[in-house]
Amino acid sequence: MGEFPADSVGLVEPQTLHVTEPLALDCGKQLDEYELVYETYGQLNADRSNAILICHALSGSHHAAGYHADTPDGKPGWWDKCIGPGKPLDTNRFFVVCPANLGGYKGSTGPASAHPKTGRPYGPDFPVITVGDWVRSQAVLREHLGIEQWAVVAGGSLGGMQVMQWAIEYPERLKHALVIAAAPRLSAQNIAFNEIARQAIVTDPEFHGGRYAEHGVVPRRGLMLARMLGHITYLSDEAMRAKFGRDLRDGRLNYGFDVEFQVESYLRHQGQSFVERFDANTYLLMTKALDYFDPAGLHDDNLQAAFAPATARFLVISFTSDWRFSPERSREIVDALVDAGKQVSYAEIVSELGHDEFLLDLPQYTHTLRAYLERVAREVNP
Amino acid sequence: MTGGSKPLRADLRIIADWIPRGARVLDLGCGDGQLLAHLQADKQVSGYGLEIDPDNVVASIGAGVNVLQLDLDDGLGQFEDNSFDVVVMASALQQVQQPDELIREMLRIGGQGIVTFPNFGHWRPRLSIAWHGLMPVSKALPNQWYDTPNIHLCTVRDFEKLCASNHIRVTQRHVVNHEHASSLRTRVFPNLLGEIALYQLERG
Repeated sequence: MGEFPADSVGLVEPQTLHVTEPLALDCGKQLDEYELVYETYGQLNADRSNAILICHALSGSHHAAGYHADTPDGKPGWWDKCIGPGKPLDTNRFFVVCPANLGGYKGSTGPASAHPKTGRPYGPDFPVITVGDWVRSQAVLREHLGIEQWAVVAGGSLGGMQVMQWAIEYPERLKHALVIAAAPRLSAQNIAFNEIARQAIVTDPEFHGGRYAEHGVVPRRGLMLARMLGHITYLSDEAMRAKFGRDLRDGRLNYGFDVEFQVESYLRHQGQSFVERFDANTYLLMTKALDYFDPAGLHDDNLQAAFAPATARFLVISFTSDWRFSPERSREIVDALVDAGKQVSYAEIVSELGHDEFLLDLPQYTHTLRAYLERVAREVNP
Repeated sequence: MTGGSKPLRADLRIIADWIPRGARVLDLGCGDGQLLAHLQADKQVSGYGLEIDPDNVVASIGAGVNVLQLDLDDGLGQFEDNSFDVVVMASALQQVQQPDELIREMLRIGGQGIVTFPNFGHWRPRLSIAWHGLMPVSKALPNQWYDTPNIHLCTVRDFEKLCASNHIRVTQRHVVNHEHASSLRTRVFPNLLGEIALYQLERG
């Protein structure tokens, strides 16, 4: 595979685990059977101690690194900057596993999948799913792969919430928890952004109560608006200023309402390309999972008490320019872990781009990940 | 490789001797984490280092210590009363905005405080100002006045006055020259001959 960069995992192929054991969900319903689609990179060592689980965020999937054969010239997986030979999540030393979350837009069973009883797409009938449900489904995959304990469970944003859930719910199943650009629960402002996104989708005339697939249409406008709004919140003011400023596409004002500023053009492009690949029902499910996550809520709002069962060592990372999941929110996690007497390190990366920085490779960020994972690698491969 | 296997900086060695085995330690301005790494390996100590410099944070993570990237000038309000056995602040006192407040906070959080700082009462800084009329530059205080991070310099006597007025008891004092060696002379004339002061403190 000479055409791929030397530090790429190269060509990868998703695998599928078909689970026939029902999964009881937090909402009270259950999935009688489901598929978990996942990718793996690197080799599992002899004592099966070098496995890293990656939990993805809102728009992520099982395709975290490398390239797919049908899109060899396309973009690599969503966390390719960090996963690969010689990269911080070094596939020469670790066995990296990334599953697609249930309810997602592709891969694992989701709203676009056929309901096993009716054969028609689940659509709006796909149950509302929680971070806890995801983690319990990932635990099924862990069992299937024969991994007693993850060396590391890692994730950013919504993925970071799954990492915390793992540490609380299955303390003995992970040694290290990497919680990146996350929050212990969403703020009212954050839920508000999600609600606007959901309203944009459900009020689109083509939404059809979530049964758009059966009508052969897609609520394009709603999903596009949802993504445009989300995208603004993932970028910092400075980043948008630096990237677009007030640049005009035609170099002059047209006194109309079509695209004039470059930032408008960019946002429309982001929204449109998102519609091509993403599913509107999934967007609703993912944002609900974000809104519901609240481990402290089960302990009289005491996050320290929520973390009491955890035994993993934590590395918490935040980015200074991230206002959607700000450093203050990460520090709430750190403070609770310190008060609970847990092992935790915290790095606050000086950054400019905003929330999406966790997907990129700022030197201070990769140095921090590398320093931490270097120790983990020596721990599991002595 | 932990810090336990490489020689510890001399002032940190004195501090390490003061810290009991198995203690819970908070290290304010932990640098590259070598004190905590050493204490973890040799004395089964647990705890956290606080550090603002990103490269030091990476070094501390590499040394296998728990490090929290926080600014001491933001205060220590998030730490609970008596949550640590020992709170250490080595060579950071003179660099913080409110040293008096921080020392009080150290003894709220920990049963014991350890503070070290460069002694501005040493004869050399005194001579520099009195004779040459220049702000002192030395091994212990290597910066020029305009680019120094040392914004709150004090002498051994200043520090002890501050402790007395805050009902803080000095349980041990160690005053050394810039090679961290103590002598009869530094013991008899600490404020004049000591370049670096190390204090062990308790609530009075």
